[in-house]
Amino acid sequence: MSWFQQIMRRVGGQTSSAAMVAAAPTANPAVEEQRVFVASQWQLTWWKFRKHRLAILAGVIIILLYTIALFADMIAPLDPERVNPQLVYLPPQTIQFVTTEGQLSAPFVYGYVLARDPVSLRSSFTRDTSTRYPITLFVQGEPYKFWGLFESNLHLFGTGDAQKNIHLMGTDRLGRDLFSRTILGTRVSLSIGLIGVLLSLVLGISLGGVSGYYGGVIDDIIQRIIEFLRSIPAIPLWMGLSAALPKDMPPLQVYFYITLILSLIGWTGLARVVRGRFLALREEDFVMAARISGCSEQRIIFRHMVPAFTSHIIASLTLAIPGTILAETALSFLGLGLRSPVNSWGVLLQEAQNIRSVALAPWLLLPALLVILTVLAFNFFGDGLRDAADPYS
Amino acid sequence: MLQFIVKRLFFFIPTLFVISVVTFAIIQLPPGDFLTAYVATLASQGETVNQEAISALRDRYGLGQPFHIQYLKWAGNMLRGDFGHSLEWNRPVADLIGDRMLLTVIISFATLLVTWLIAIPIGIFSAVRQYSIGDYIATFLGFLGLATPDFLFALLLMWVAFVYFNQSVGGLFSPEFVDAAWSMAKVWDLFGHLWIPVIVLGTSGAAGLIRVMRANLLDELHKPYVETARAKGLSETRLILKYPVRVALNPFVSTIGYALPGLVSGSVIVSVVLSLPTAGPLLLRALVSQDMYLAGAYIFLLSALTLVGTLISDVLLAWLDPRIRLQ
Repeated sequence: MSWFQQIMRRVGGQTSSAAMVAAAPTANPAVEEQRVFVASQWQLTWWKFRKHRLAILAGVIIILLYTIALFADMIAPLDPERVNPQLVYLPPQTIQFVTTEGQLSAPFVYGYVLARDPVSLRSSFTRDTSTRYPITLFVQGEPYKFWGLFESNLHLFGTGDAQKNIHLMGTDRLGRDLFSRTILGTRVSLSIGLIGVLLSLVLGISLGGVSGYYGGVIDDIIQRIIEFLRSIPAIPLWMGLSAALPKDMPPLQVYFYITLILSLIGWTGLARVVRGRFLALREEDFVMAARISGCSEQRIIFRHMVPAFTSHIIASLTLAIPGTILAETALSFLGLGLRSPVNSWGVLLQEAQNIRSVALAPWLLLPALLVILTVLAFNFFGDGLRDAADPYS
Repeated sequence: MLQFIVKRLFFFIPTLFVISVVTFAIIQLPPGDFLTAYVATLASQGETVNQEAISALRDRYGLGQPFHIQYLKWAGNMLRGDFGHSLEWNRPVADLIGDRMLLTVIISFATLLVTWLIAIPIGIFSAVRQYSIGDYIATFLGFLGLATPDFLFALLLMWVAFVYFNQSVGGLFSPEFVDAAWSMAKVWDLFGHLWIPVIVLGTSGAAGLIRVMRANLLDELHKPYVETARAKGLSETRLILKYPVRVALNPFVSTIGYALPGLVSGSVIVSVVLSLPTAGPLLLRALVSQDMYLAGAYIFLLSALTLVGTLISDVLLAWLDPRIRLQ
């Protein structure tokens, strides 16, 4: 198909589908069929994907999570690193809408009073229903640097009073606000998934593509390497590699190396998908046609074969992201991945490693809920994508 | 059959060799060698350093020589059962490993069995009663099991046991058996403690396998041979168990090979949380204190054991399904 025909088809496809939207109520089956015929592959994929309610919901959640990561400094009500010795292990304050008198009210949280056990001298907090901290949107609060670039002190929500703070998820052993830390941790946890998978993608596509396109000895060698990597238990290997990183390495470098270590095994799955698709497509008529027409190999691969399985690759990519997120969480949880002051969900969960602190402050486990939510969302989204990836089936 | 086993063994040995090279490279990654660190620790504690002993050790492990010579010495020592010297414990690594490796194997094996016991019936039910409430619940629990990291589930279970039942669930033995020699009573005690790590590890594995079983069985259920059997008047239970389930189980067996590395990985991290006396906690400790010979021995042995497991499962599969042998 020449570029001219392609443009014509695309323009034609769009106008006809635009016309269809207007004509939809009449539901003419012939026109309906016409619409399917002229639709591009991406449109068909989208139409099929749209039917998966759960996948759509998961997609919305993922977008929401990444939005949170993007605006994390603004959404976090407090400075995540600020230590407050007076507020160690404060239980979560829940947002209330109904006062003790049973009246509806603007959202607020109750204050707390510190009580000290006369015997053990252990401090504990109890809810003080006589004081209420109203929550307001877009308040001025602690200053921060948005994306590390712009000075700002605007927060999405807060009390607007430096003495009355909101701790929606309680505080940790140093009195730091767990909610703010979790929100900031979103950034690292979610981006490590994306970047790790992108690295795996580069390796997976190039090696899987070479393996599938050329076959023969090269294919054999690459397949043996993949089998080898898949046959060794990943976590001990990751642990060994990340333990070898020097302890005084700058955080950014550690982040980079950890991503690299995680994608070291991650690429194998993608390479298998790519290879399988290449093997299947190599025998297709349109590839033969391209070859007879004298296309160069590069053109056959990138112009004819790759577009035919892009949707599959996107689906497998989505399904690979949660694995990387879980792996980072596990490594950081063990203390071998990212370390403070870098903030990720795994680093936060490391605080909950010890059963005593969990029994004393179970809210330290709350970041885990976000891990589960994220992984579930990616799984459902990827599942829907995978089903939609082949719209002709 | 023999030919197949020989062929598999032919792949097994080079893979083992590559694993040993990778492991050794990991041991070598941290700067300096363990003897220098060892001497420094001794000196800082004010102890006299026995130069002769040091140089004997240096010679035994080929320290200061090029990579390949060090590797050959290390691998050669390992073949004789000498896994090197643990810096932190100041004992030969081989002394520290034995029991812990055995327990890791026991846990992984028990988990595999439990995973199957859970996954197969639920998978069959899910497929036969597709889109029923039970199917939706199984699917949801399956996805949840996949999404919850092992160590989190272990933590949650520990927390529940601690807060609501006021007992500690860590460890694999009751206090009176920890240092006791192996006996029937000790084995029995082990089984009493084994179920928690096994359940924790089994959930994520079972979740995946339920999906596999369901999908496989769904593919089979609508094939003509099932219809034929039904037309001949076979009872529904007997029919399903006898024909499509058998076919659907086949790809199931072949997943052992891939399940094992995951299981061993999972058991390492769950053991750390539950402080089980398996390879996990000691490996972590060795890595944190950069006790590299101990860590290397663990990484190598865990990988080698996984390979052996995969090899056994491949042979079993070939025995079950003649088609595989011919490929």
